[in-house]
Amino acid sequence: MFASPDDARTRLAAAGYLADTATATTVFLAARLERPLLVEGPAGVGKTELAKAVAATTAAELIRLQCYEGLDESRALYEWNYKKQLLRIQAAPSDQAWEQTHDDIFTEEFLLTRPLLAAIRRAEPTVLLVDEIDKTDVEVEALLLEVLSDFQVTIPEMGTVAATRRPFVVLTSNANRELSEALKRRCLYLYIDYPDAERERDILLERVPGLPSALAEQVARAAATLRALELKKSPSLAESIDWARTLLALGIEHLDDTAMAATLGVVLKHVADHTRAVKELDLPV
Amino acid sequence: MSTPGNLVDRHVDFVEALRRAGLSVSVAEDLDAATALGVVDLADRTQLRAAYAAALVKRQTQRAAFDTVFDLYFPAVLGMDVPGAGGTGGDAPGPSETAPPPHRDPELAQFRAQLQAALQAGDQEGLARLARGGVGRYGVVSGRTPGTQTWSRYATLNRVSPRTLLAALLEEALYGQERGGLAERVARTTLEARIARFEQLVETEVQRRLAEESGAERVAETAVRPSVERLDLLSATKQDLAAIRREIQPLARRLAARLTVEQRRGRRGPLDFRRTIRASLSSGGIPMQTVHRPRRPTKTDLVILCDVSESVTAFAHFTLLLVYALREQFTRVRVFAFVDDLDEVTDYFRPGTDLVEAVTRVGSEAKVRRWYGRTDYGRAFGVFAERHLDAITSRTSLLILGDARSNYGDPSIGALRAMTERARRAYWLNPERRAIWDTGDSCASQMDEVVPMVECRNLAQLGAFVRDLV
Repeated sequence: MFASPDDARTRLAAAGYLADTATATTVFLAARLERPLLVEGPAGVGKTELAKAVAATTAAELIRLQCYEGLDESRALYEWNYKKQLLRIQAAPSDQAWEQTHDDIFTEEFLLTRPLLAAIRRAEPTVLLVDEIDKTDVEVEALLLEVLSDFQVTIPEMGTVAATRRPFVVLTSNANRELSEALKRRCLYLYIDYPDAERERDILLERVPGLPSALAEQVARAAATLRALELKKSPSLAESIDWARTLLALGIEHLDDTAMAATLGVVLKHVADHTRAVKELDLPV
Repeated sequence: MSTPGNLVDRHVDFVEALRRAGLSVSVAEDLDAATALGVVDLADRTQLRAAYAAALVKRQTQRAAFDTVFDLYFPAVLGMDVPGAGGTGGDAPGPSETAPPPHRDPELAQFRAQLQAALQAGDQEGLARLARGGVGRYGVVSGRTPGTQTWSRYATLNRVSPRTLLAALLEEALYGQERGGLAERVARTTLEARIARFEQLVETEVQRRLAEESGAERVAETAVRPSVERLDLLSATKQDLAAIRREIQPLARRLAARLTVEQRRGRRGPLDFRRTIRASLSSGGIPMQTVHRPRRPTKTDLVILCDVSESVTAFAHFTLLLVYALREQFTRVRVFAFVDDLDEVTDYFRPGTDLVEAVTRVGSEAKVRRWYGRTDYGRAFGVFAERHLDAITSRTSLLILGDARSNYGDPSIGALRAMTERARRAYWLNPERRAIWDTGDSCASQMDEVVPMVECRNLAQLGAFVRDLV
């Protein structure tokens, strides 16, 4: 998919994702070694965006499995179409042997593919995004193991479906719980942290068209300052992008004390954080 | 330096060192890393680091340990005669004790000027170069045996003292602007981060030089610091404490998520008739699987007594922070603080207040000191039993935080027994190592007979305890 880490970096940048060396190298390795990529980091630093950018730059289709508590195999892997099977049994001629009917109803025609199976069966380039895997129960992780290590799914009634073309798999996690060692062992790991001020400025310029460079610099540095305070929820990259958009829309060209006090609500969403920032930064109320 | 060896040897040694540093590297991961070496550009150190990290480090808390070991096994430069930033280059002639005082050393002044420029510009390359030169020139101290020399982070930073550049840097950065307020705060955060970065680089350089002298393996043993979850709360430095405080919220979030899942999983409530019938449609109207309503979760009432004397404040702070971050898991929390007097401090922790500030106020405003400001468990328990005994009901879990060192006073076991007998459950969290309980003025085992005492020295133990408590 990528020729070298630098190639990965340039092509991701072309898709609008500014990756640092660590991110570019890890993405390159995941593609080259055909390993799933587990991405962790604080909310809103662009974990999901990374998967989208990889899909965009390699002209692959993005298949997304959004995880939630209670997700099970019938919604992640595959499910038999019960209703259709029932109809088929009822519609079977009375002289047909049961074995015949049985073989009929467990075929491709009655199989509903869910994201994981769909990603494996595709012949075209695919990026499989398993989003927020930490939200699922431990059992789902076990389900994923076969898919992630051998890129195959075993359906008891039909046999094993192996991937014709291995998808590029990205798993994201907010570390709400520790993932199992077995899962981590099969993945390459990437931790995306808040970017430093220089990179954040570049990202802001990339993401917010028409933003003056000086203002981008100020927003990036102010965000870094807020993150250095001990807040309940530090402003994410997504929020600082919103912040830059807000300032642009309001026609503010210089982020000073008053402007910051007026727009602080865009980045800080807890009352306690708000009061703390006002106090620490000595902002006008 | 020991024999350079080939890449495979270096790789194997490196993985071994990581394992000794506490990372559990499996054989599969080891192989992944080795494969990765074959496809990245080995001359690019950033790529090499990223490749190793991707394959071997699967937990962000282990990243610091990984970076330390990586810097030892794959140093950025080799040799002692690293060109410094100054005109002369090379290392200082001898230990810095004989050097002239800083203000009369023109070379040092020049070095500091270069450092100031690099800090102002945020020049990463320049900082790394200056750190290398600085250690070579100012970090040389005499070794343990006469005639030998070694390097010291402390000596370097003491002599170069980058922190004293901050005022001048701020002056320069804010030239022509109004002081105070947002602009100054922003500049200060940026510059402080760069100075910290420089200090980090100096430490790495010192370790690199030591590793070349006595082998990476020896240095790795002492250089790797425990991860934030394993830091000892009692002996943590100021920076450690800040790191631990930052870890409290995520820890609470993880605990809360796990607790909800376990509660939902644990017990099944009454049959949900409607959803059972709906589910039966997929099996032709036969209810093959029953669906149950979730049981209403039972919550704990919590009364906390915490020792806030100097010796254990850090520990009490973190326990309180964690409990308050998990407030939704408890029906009601009441907190009492004591040294040699006892006062209720629940009000400082009203929802929405700033926890760091609340904890500081407990120390300064609450009436917890009476005479000498030394812990007196006997008096504290006596006062509690007299004034607040009704706070404990049969639904209450009682939690006592302290080191059980009563400065040889009477521990007043009777009052403690009266308190624990009323409570549903009672625990004592002790931040000291179990091995030193009962030494000196500690009456741990006496208390342990009445209230089960648990060792709680770091975040990992604290997290495990709170999880069992709820």
